[in-house]
Amino acid sequence: MNSVEADRGKVRLRPPRNVLDQRVVGWWRLQGTLLWATPVLVLVVLGLLVKPARFWLLTPAAVFAVLGLVWVVAMPLWWFKVHRWEVTETAVYARSGFFWQEWRVAPMSRIQTVDTLRGPLQQLFKLATVTVTTASARGAVKIRGLDQELAASLVEQLTETTQATPGDAT
Amino acid sequence: MTSGEFEGWSTLDKRTLAVTALTMTGAAVGAAIPTTLAIVGGGGRLWVALAWVVAGGVILIGGGVLTELFYWKGVRYRVTPDRLETAFTLVFRSRKALQRERIRNVDLTANPLHRLFGVAVVTIGTGLHESGGQGRIKLNPVSRAEAERLRADLLRRAEIAETDEDAPLAELDRGWIRYAPMSFLTPALGLAAGGGLMQVSEWAGLRKGLIDWVIGLFRGIPLVVAILILLAIAMVVGVVGALGLWIEMWWNYRLDRESGGTLRVRRGLFTTRSISIEESRMRGIDLVEPLGNRISGAARVDAIATGMRQSDGKEKTDYHTLLPAAPVAIADRVAATVLREPVSPTEAVRLTGHPRAARGRLLRWWVGSVVILLAIFALLGLLLTDVLLVIGAALGVVLLPVSVLLALDAYRNLGHGITGRYLVGRHGTVRRSTFALEREGVIGWTVKQSIFQRRKGLLTVVATTAAGGGAYAVYDAGEEQGLLFAEESVPELLAPFLERV
Repeated sequence: MNSVEADRGKVRLRPPRNVLDQRVVGWWRLQGTLLWATPVLVLVVLGLLVKPARFWLLTPAAVFAVLGLVWVVAMPLWWFKVHRWEVTETAVYARSGFFWQEWRVAPMSRIQTVDTLRGPLQQLFKLATVTVTTASARGAVKIRGLDQELAASLVEQLTETTQATPGDAT
Repeated sequence: MTSGEFEGWSTLDKRTLAVTALTMTGAAVGAAIPTTLAIVGGGGRLWVALAWVVAGGVILIGGGVLTELFYWKGVRYRVTPDRLETAFTLVFRSRKALQRERIRNVDLTANPLHRLFGVAVVTIGTGLHESGGQGRIKLNPVSRAEAERLRADLLRRAEIAETDEDAPLAELDRGWIRYAPMSFLTPALGLAAGGGLMQVSEWAGLRKGLIDWVIGLFRGIPLVVAILILLAIAMVVGVVGALGLWIEMWWNYRLDRESGGTLRVRRGLFTTRSISIEESRMRGIDLVEPLGNRISGAARVDAIATGMRQSDGKEKTDYHTLLPAAPVAIADRVAATVLREPVSPTEAVRLTGHPRAARGRLLRWWVGSVVILLAIFALLGLLLTDVLLVIGAALGVVLLPVSVLLALDAYRNLGHGITGRYLVGRHGTVRRSTFALEREGVIGWTVKQSIFQRRKGLLTVVATTAAGGGAYAVYDAGEEQGLLFAEESVPELLAPFLERV
């Protein structure tokens, strides 16, 4: 839309260097399947039980099933392209979101805690979420879907770096 | 209980028992009246009703005082050279300690009963993420003198605690009360009063009577006029309520700077409050102008400070407000003085406007919301009754132009800039907020972009900080504009992730 300006050194945020672990696609697909299967199953069961309303229950079930299928197949691939992360010597940088994209930067010197979280589904895929918090209640950077071992070493690295930085991080 | 273990520890003030007894009596009386009315109204005899109510009241008051007695007996506190400790001993033992060097605020509150008995509630906080009250100790209550002593002692202001001769930074001007009714609180209070009346009449079993009475009163008057009259009454009640609330909140307001480097706000008619903010914790100010105030040239000043007491949800503005709605010139002056700047950064800054695409977005948002509202009216009107169609049409005639005006105003208000040590951002129309945040207080950036914004080349830049609300946003800036602003205001932070193509 502003191709003219683009030629004259336009500034933009560059994507973070690293992608998430490939297995994250599977994790998202499983989540999506569970999310979409619930209403479909409820509608199908009701449709089989309630004869007079069968058409009005099974039709939306079919629509949901098709939408869900498209969602489960296509969306995770898109998300995989959007979600990226990077840790430099000075900051943690991550891009997430989808309809609403978000780039978050937290400088090393302001990091307060580094946590990992492994949900039950993530366990299945050997994935982990790394959360980096700062003194701001709203400044946390989350990287969802790293390989568990990579996450562990990342936490170790971040903890060492931040401990070496003086100050109370506010 | 007074064994050697607690040698040198203090207890809370014993007068708390009297306060509790009176509070519980008040609650008991408050509950007794509707209960009695309900029993009598339901066909019960008066003496039966009274017997129940008195028995209930005695249990309530006795139980309350007894609980308070155990609480009072259980709580001990002491101030050591480096810690404030409390202990609670009742079946279980628990202890809590705050490092004195971490204590950031000591706030005193005294409601009318507390003041009657000369006591005050002291809340001591470290201001760290306080969910669950972890970093906070509440002494409920201690004597007034002890409260002042604790405040001075814990904020290490002992030597200057009594030196209030300096002129205050700001003092209440009673004329400011004119700004009180110009808020959304007014209609809300009016409607709440109406709702409350209905509720009480229902408890008393008189609801139907009340409605009949009102209908009888308006017999022969067209429905629309009757509704307008009722709304007018609600507005009057709301105005009275807003004035009363303002008097209760802001009476005897004064803002002081104590020479140890603390800002202190004192205010309140019945319930008095004293709120202290260490100046070294100040990271900026937020100049807030709700629409009603802005039209009449008034603004409020909120502090952006780290370690502020986190509000408990509903009383959000309470602890941050340094100055209630006052003429803009005064607000600017107070903001400047508080930040120790010659001119308030919100006044000194030259704000850069945002691209025209932002105007389109705001117009679509405002007009779109009205259209959705009208569509709901139209749909319900077609399905149910024509009256809704008429109301919807009337609303449309009023709201559509208003929404366009608000959108244009919101666009005019969008802006950002850098001045000296501060970055400044402004947005909003119904509640315009101009924040000035110290550049050194920025501890991260979040850049947000929805797909609609991407198509228009806009983005929202959010500075995260440990202070105040935790994040301050510049909405709908141009892509390049927003990123360059972030880069310029805190140079080393975002720069490594920017590329020039």
